[in-house]
Amino acid sequence: MTALSPAELDALRLSLEIALRSVAFSLPLAVLVSYLLARSRFPGTLALDALVHLPLVLPPVAVGYLLLVCLDNRSAAGRWLLAHFGIELPFTTGGATLATAVMTFPLMVRAIRLALDSVDRGLEAAARTLGAGPLDRFFSVTLPLMLPGILAGLLTAFAAGLGQFGAVITFASNVPGVTRTLPLALYTAIQEPGGEAAAMRLAVLSIVLGLLGLVLAELLARRVYRLLGR
Amino acid sequence: MLRLSVVKRWKGFELRAQLDAPTPGILALFGRSGCGKTTVINIISGLLEPDEGRVELDGVVLTDTRERVAIPVERRRIGYVFQDSRLFPHLGVLANLRYGLRRAPRGSRSIGLEEVLALLGLEPLLARRPNQLSGGERQRVALGRALLSQPRLLLLDEPLAALDAARREEVLPYLERLRDQLSIPMVFVSHQLEEVLRLATHVALMEAGEIVASGALSDISLRPELRAIVGSEAVGAILDGTVRHVDVERGIADVHLGGGVLHVSLQEALVGGRIRLQLLARDIILATELPRGLSVRNALQGIIAEISDDVGNAVLVKVDIGSGAAVLSRVTRHAVQDLGLRPGMGVWVLVKAVSARGHAYCGPTLVGSGSGGSFG
Repeated sequence: MTALSPAELDALRLSLEIALRSVAFSLPLAVLVSYLLARSRFPGTLALDALVHLPLVLPPVAVGYLLLVCLDNRSAAGRWLLAHFGIELPFTTGGATLATAVMTFPLMVRAIRLALDSVDRGLEAAARTLGAGPLDRFFSVTLPLMLPGILAGLLTAFAAGLGQFGAVITFASNVPGVTRTLPLALYTAIQEPGGEAAAMRLAVLSIVLGLLGLVLAELLARRVYRLLGR
Repeated sequence: MLRLSVVKRWKGFELRAQLDAPTPGILALFGRSGCGKTTVINIISGLLEPDEGRVELDGVVLTDTRERVAIPVERRRIGYVFQDSRLFPHLGVLANLRYGLRRAPRGSRSIGLEEVLALLGLEPLLARRPNQLSGGERQRVALGRALLSQPRLLLLDEPLAALDAARREEVLPYLERLRDQLSIPMVFVSHQLEEVLRLATHVALMEAGEIVASGALSDISLRPELRAIVGSEAVGAILDGTVRHVDVERGIADVHLGGGVLHVSLQEALVGGRIRLQLLARDIILATELPRGLSVRNALQGIIAEISDDVGNAVLVKVDIGSGAAVLSRVTRHAVQDLGLRPGMGVWVLVKAVSARGHAYCGPTLVGSGSGGSFG
């Protein structure tokens, strides 16, 4: 097996960058949504829950298409983003990041919500009796205890983000060096005559990346659990 | 003063609690499991809102459903020691202790870290994490954490229930020290008479969601409602007496009680100190005149105050022994008839056995003077 070509290295870099940025942006929102879903009792909870989980059951291409319809330069939201922030999403790295974030969001929310549900409410009550108000309580007790779940959510979303295909290619297209991530490069190589060697290299790369992620996740989880004294 | 008058309803259960307890003082909420004791302290802490009613601590209204007052838990400054400790597992012992201290309002600091460490013997535990502590150690840390939040009142929900007998002894003496050396009022929930005997100054008896009697421990010990909770064998007067003389060689102390003196077996005692005695009704014999040639060493003079029904063929005779103190004696109906016992009649109270149950609380005036040894 030969070394990676510059284009393949680009795809690797792009995949990592897009996955990383998408989890970084989703995390605070995912924590907030998980909290709303797990703890609040407002009537819209069910609708919010369904909305968040929609990308999990929709064809990824459909998600990409919906994003395109909502955010391209002819749509109101797209024009507004361009006019006020100079942000253009379709066919850009930012667009690929958004598509990845939307697709992996439900995975993150599920893991974090599970963690939130397992936090002993009694400890929060104890914090109250010790003088901690709502925000203080959240940051000093609830959030640290959710850490294993947050970490699991982050890693799952990151790993899944590396492999996003349908939504990314539909919304952000397949532009080399801009939106051509590992799976997109792999797809392109398969389409090209004589691209079998490149396709195999990219496939092996994906496997190595995935394994690394899993091992790292396990090691981190062990460490956090020890920190939490369990 | 802690004043409480609340109603809380659930499906199939209703709590109606009314209570006035002096502060400082150690109030025991005593009753069988499931009678609503924990509900009462949860309402005091604010963790639970009553459907109706009012809670007031030293003139400050904490809850008033009619006036729509409900001070949030975090601003009540009421410490809470939970049955299951609830130490924060992600923090070490020291960080747990500091949690409440850091959040206590400035200017309210009356007890510092050093003092709490010394009082509860926590120094050797500081570097540990909660999962490296024994049950007793956990409760001591939880106690310290609550104390350091500078509470105006400390609530304890069966702090010893999750511990075995040996572990209990890791905590009880420390609770006694808190009682004697700090002036923080406490309300603790218990279904163990032993704990109440060791710690309480006042008792509220609970039964099926209601406080059926409350008052000083010595008064409550004479109440018939107590029998339903502790069983008839454990019925008997609980009295605080003053040690007058100690015979170290024989291990016997003379304790002033009511108008007389009792000789009590004690390993150690401080002359002038106050100790708590339990005189079980079954261990007390009544005589119309002082008998001779008897192995019983303790005899007190008294006047019959009341005769009430007890289980089966027995009755309970309450005898005043002077200075406002009284004891209970269990005798048969037959004996009552034979001896012609009736209220107002003078009798001799013969005490077959008396057990010392630790040194008695003398109130916050004792601060700094040190307390006597512990017995029982």
